[in-house]
Amino acid sequence: MIALSDFLILGALLFSLSVAGIFINRKNIIILLMCIELMLLAVNLNFIAFSHYSGDISGQIFVFFILTVAAAEAAIGLAILVVLFRNLHTINVAELNKLKG
Amino acid sequence: MMTFQVSNMSLALPEMFMLAMACIVLMVVAFLGKKGTDLVYRLSQLTLIITAIIIYRSIGEIGGLTFDGTYIKDAFSDVLKLAICLINVVVLLYSTAYLKARNLFKGEYYVLALFSTLGMMVMVSAYHFLTLYLGLELMSLCLYAMVAMHRDSSVATEAAMKYFILGAIASGMLLYGMSIIYGVTGTLSIASVANVIQAGGIDNTVLSFGLVFLIIGIGFKLGAVPFHMWLPDVYHGAPTAVTLFIATAPKIAAFAMAIRLLVDGLADVHQYWQDMLIMLSILSIILGNIIAIAQTNLKRMLAYSTISHVGFILLGILSGSAEGYAGSMFYALTYALMSLGAFGMILLMSRQGFEAENIEDYKGLSERNPWYALMMLILMFSMAGIPPLVGFYAKLAVIKSIVDVDLLSVAIVAVLMSVIGAYYYLRMIKVMYFDQPTQQTDLQSPTEMRVVISANALAVLALGIFPGSLMAICISVFS
Repeated sequence: MIALSDFLILGALLFSLSVAGIFINRKNIIILLMCIELMLLAVNLNFIAFSHYSGDISGQIFVFFILTVAAAEAAIGLAILVVLFRNLHTINVAELNKLKG
Repeated sequence: MMTFQVSNMSLALPEMFMLAMACIVLMVVAFLGKKGTDLVYRLSQLTLIITAIIIYRSIGEIGGLTFDGTYIKDAFSDVLKLAICLINVVVLLYSTAYLKARNLFKGEYYVLALFSTLGMMVMVSAYHFLTLYLGLELMSLCLYAMVAMHRDSSVATEAAMKYFILGAIASGMLLYGMSIIYGVTGTLSIASVANVIQAGGIDNTVLSFGLVFLIIGIGFKLGAVPFHMWLPDVYHGAPTAVTLFIATAPKIAAFAMAIRLLVDGLADVHQYWQDMLIMLSILSIILGNIIAIAQTNLKRMLAYSTISHVGFILLGILSGSAEGYAGSMFYALTYALMSLGAFGMILLMSRQGFEAENIEDYKGLSERNPWYALMMLILMFSMAGIPPLVGFYAKLAVIKSIVDVDLLSVAIVAVLMSVIGAYYYLRMIKVMYFDQPTQQTDLQSPTEMRVVISANALAVLALGIFPGSLMAICISVFS
């Protein structure tokens, strides 16, 4: 039998992995977008686990909405990425340094 | 036999009208293309004005929860939604000339602005984690696209990317916090969360673990230190018309989100979030005011000043008293008004090929345009918190509320830092009044914009002399 805490630990691990990925990664914006997706999936795992173990369906419904919004978010993120690449000819995070002050 | 229970839709009439009109405007953009932009502009203005009228007429009517407790209409939501609509009417009015001069006068700007406004209204009225999240995302996704609208500008796209990534992290943090609170309380509705916490018997350690993530999410969206990194870059990089949009109404919506989550949902664990908010607000007030001194770009300076104002808004919330919440609300509303004027002034001074975003562009403004120099002076004095302007009463209200709950040291830091903060506002006034002008060109902005911006600055003065009525509204909302 898998306990609730196992799911939560996995969710927390995935979440920390994604946050670490966002802050350590200095190379590639696409990896940042992947980390953001991973972050939302970790949250989904949490919601489903809580929902299953408490017998309350609303958490699972929330997950559907998160998945949909994540798709919209990815679309906008990639669109901005395309525009950025056209202007800067790079997707290196370290080269996003025009704005400073 | 199956029976259907239809929710009371009439409570959400403003949102439904806004949604329908936004879809119509989208269709007009799709079918008329570039030549329909003037029509789109007028339609958007009309939509916002009619929505404001609908909201105004519903004030005082019986509110309550609808859509299975996911949506609320109360005095708080009415006042804030009205403010959001009216502010966005002025925002669209200010931005038109700027957009026309930069070949950005396209229907997309107005469609995105309308949907973003809809998102803000949903956020203000949300009484369920799901509605709150959907409203937040609807607002944010439109804002990311608006920042990137100037497609050939590398700073604008860089700003959009930074805004997108940090905004997405904020949503992720907020959701993680919501999932933990859902796990502890077993419900997603804000009203039920409050009931479960009040009944007791839940694990407060886990609850405060979730609370940390909620606060991080709120901090990101408001732009409080240490989650402020996106704010100066986005304000600086985005086209000024978009900066104006981001700097005004979304701040009111983020304030509403903080109130819904912390005050309506988690008021019983006030002692847990108070300490975290003290830290955020003190850091914001100190860092915002000190770094703003070093800026040469006016948009960037105003961004750091926003950070310090956010710190003051948080002061009222953390006091945990009805007076504090009312003071905070007064602060958020009047800050939106001041920031509307200040960014509007940048738009007023700009013209084709000239952004008017450096502080030195304002040298000798009093000789060139004495009237607008005076208006800018009013706005800067108000932001610095000098009586009799409205910024002073806003600061007074929040500082009084934290003195009342015996957080004297916090109040002292806030007062000291606002004295330091006065330096960079006064420097702006010195540049306008005591430096020699380096250029001699007339303003090219349309008449209606000049009239409205004067009215805007004079409203800051008038509200400062008679703050009573707005303050009374804010207090009645929370009593």
